[in-house]
Amino acid sequence: MVFEYAPAPESRAIVDIRGSYGLFIDGEFADGHGEPFKSVNPADESVLADIACADESDVDRAVAAARKAYEKVWGPMPGRERAKYLYRIARLVQERARELAVLESIDNGKPIRESRDVDVPLVAAWFFYYAGWADKLPYAGFGPDPKPVGVAGQVIPWNFPLLMLAWKIAPALACGNTVVLKPAETTPLTALLFADICRQAELPPGVVNIVTGAGETGRALVAHDGIDKVAFTGSTEVGRQIARVLAGTDKKLTLELGGKAANIVYEDAALDQAVEGIVNGIFFNQGHVCCAGSRLLVQESVAEEVMERLKARMATLRVGDPLDKNTDVGAINSAAQLAKIRELSAAGEAEGATAWSPPCELPAQGFWFAPTVFTGVAQSHRIAREEIFGPVLSVLTFRTPDEAVTKANNTPYGLSAGIWTEKGSQILWTAQRLRAGVVWANTFNKFDPASPFGGYKESGFGREGGRHGLEGYLNV
Amino acid sequence: MSDRLAVRKTYKLFIGGAFPRSESGRSYPVHDAKGRFVANASQASRKDARDAVSAARKAFGGWSGRTAYNRGQILYRVAEMLEGRRDQFADELRRAGASKQAAAAEVDAAVDRWVWYAGWADKLSAVAGASNPVSGPFFNFSTPEPAGVVAVVAPDSPLLGLVSVVAPVIVSGNTCVVVASEPAPLPAVTLAEVLATSDLPGGVVNLLTGRRAEIAPWLASHMDVNGIDLTGAAAEHVRGLEEEAAGNLKRVLRPGKDAWPDDPGTARMTAFLETKTVWHPVGV
Repeated sequence: MVFEYAPAPESRAIVDIRGSYGLFIDGEFADGHGEPFKSVNPADESVLADIACADESDVDRAVAAARKAYEKVWGPMPGRERAKYLYRIARLVQERARELAVLESIDNGKPIRESRDVDVPLVAAWFFYYAGWADKLPYAGFGPDPKPVGVAGQVIPWNFPLLMLAWKIAPALACGNTVVLKPAETTPLTALLFADICRQAELPPGVVNIVTGAGETGRALVAHDGIDKVAFTGSTEVGRQIARVLAGTDKKLTLELGGKAANIVYEDAALDQAVEGIVNGIFFNQGHVCCAGSRLLVQESVAEEVMERLKARMATLRVGDPLDKNTDVGAINSAAQLAKIRELSAAGEAEGATAWSPPCELPAQGFWFAPTVFTGVAQSHRIAREEIFGPVLSVLTFRTPDEAVTKANNTPYGLSAGIWTEKGSQILWTAQRLRAGVVWANTFNKFDPASPFGGYKESGFGREGGRHGLEGYLNV
Repeated sequence: MSDRLAVRKTYKLFIGGAFPRSESGRSYPVHDAKGRFVANASQASRKDARDAVSAARKAFGGWSGRTAYNRGQILYRVAEMLEGRRDQFADELRRAGASKQAAAAEVDAAVDRWVWYAGWADKLSAVAGASNPVSGPFFNFSTPEPAGVVAVVAPDSPLLGLVSVVAPVIVSGNTCVVVASEPAPLPAVTLAEVLATSDLPGGVVNLLTGRRAEIAPWLASHMDVNGIDLTGAAAEHVRGLEEEAAGNLKRVLRPGKDAWPDDPGTARMTAFLETKTVWHPVGV
């Protein structure tokens, strides 16, 4: 007997989406001088709002406002006062949590269950955590009197729009810097709502500036002579470009880039838990996760059983309306991303791997891709090497722990990895050998402001979160 | 005694624990402070640089897998071996132009620098790592790990500067390819003899002499090099080298205002460390 789910939509009434949004510069919303663009709901392709586009002159004004605020107000302010502003912001995020979650799901396409239970609570936690550091920096291990860097230019991606904003702004402000932040062009709305939160917190004008736009705006920001630090989360290719732009300058740089994480399942793993971890690892946030467990490495002796249980579990995933509280997998964020996922999936089949998806009715409007698993994948296949950034899992097998580690490390990336085994010594042995910045053992895709996050190799450099996350924003 | 002809040393490269000449067959003359010929140093080529990277990569697993205690003992052993050759190094520094007193002081400081870094091997994790109080039932800890193979463009301070840039790179488990001072490369080659007799596994430190402007770009663009220290790079080359280094997102240490006799601090060690964070659920 099958019990059907009734629709359980979260109300949109809590959010008031305006027809158009400006830039947030020096505490005021202002028009941009670039060509405005539209933010679209990826679940139904409806236009949500017109968004101002910042050109070089707008970026210039934002940097000037940030510089002034840094020199006159925020830099000289005692840490304990900065801390109280950040605590205020944390509380305001909690107070407006549902509004932020609904808006995030509408603009990004992620399920409300995730924006409500993961993204927004972590945003509040991030500000709460770094608020506490603001007046304790001399004890952080970076010398007795660490100084801020100055003005930070920050460019963030569309997969966790508000959470990435928090990862960037909270430590920057705690350390005494001011910021100019560019949200992704497909997901600017929660950043602009955050600007309103800054106003409610009475944050001094110019401490946080938000410039919306696409790649050109980002380029203008990172190349601007008036900034002292660049923090970027996004693709490895853009990260490389930014590193080249900053070559020969004194600007500090932290990069959090792509990944192709191995999720290793040993034969003695608790398989049901491992299957939950595999599903969470690749289908969380539609697989739009830089640390997604996109390469499943399963020990040959249990491969068939794992695949059986995985397929059964995948068949229960509910794909559809992001605002439905029962939805597990929401919409792909944009037409461009959907095209990329389709291209790589087609490459997987063309190169000889076998795709499988559960029976799954996708909405007619919007950008959708069914959860997909590829078997028969070779390490040379594009779907084993390139970041797909979608709900697509590539399965490879191994026989010995050495082989698992070798295959896991056989990638230019090094952001994250997973290990599933009941044997403690094997966890530690494997974790020691994985060249990745975050290793989840018998869990996956866990995040916390107290926990440093960031990659090895071409997944970037610098850490966000924890004491380590302060370093990129201090002059050390 | 006076009519005995001295046996001169052939100054060669140091790659994978061996002392080969440059595969290019090239050398360049090194002169003392008064312009007199001292010796020919090997002029390393692109091929030598790539061989050195291969040797460094091969040595990385073993060296980074040693216990921190063991790495500390080996670095201390380097100090012991250097101490025993103080006069030889003082002579070489004097030929490069240092006064008798300054040469002796530089050798002493170089020995002490190895001792300082040796002691860091088994303390770095405690200082740079963390146990993280996450808000959930998880044990979560962060440990520093070596970045991998690091290219080092050494400064012109021929011994103390060289030791000051090499020791912090290898103490944490990195392996390295060092481009020695171009005008004063001889103490570097002699230091390689010290390293070769200190139980340091072959390939952990590889030392090239030659033209920085020729060798450094190959190392900066090499896809199997994880980090680069540009301390000794000429100001006009820094930008280009950084651009090359962006190809595989190397960790870059830019040239700073180094005063080699000063307290070295920890920045040179942490520049080539990764932080690895491991999560595990807590439960019964």
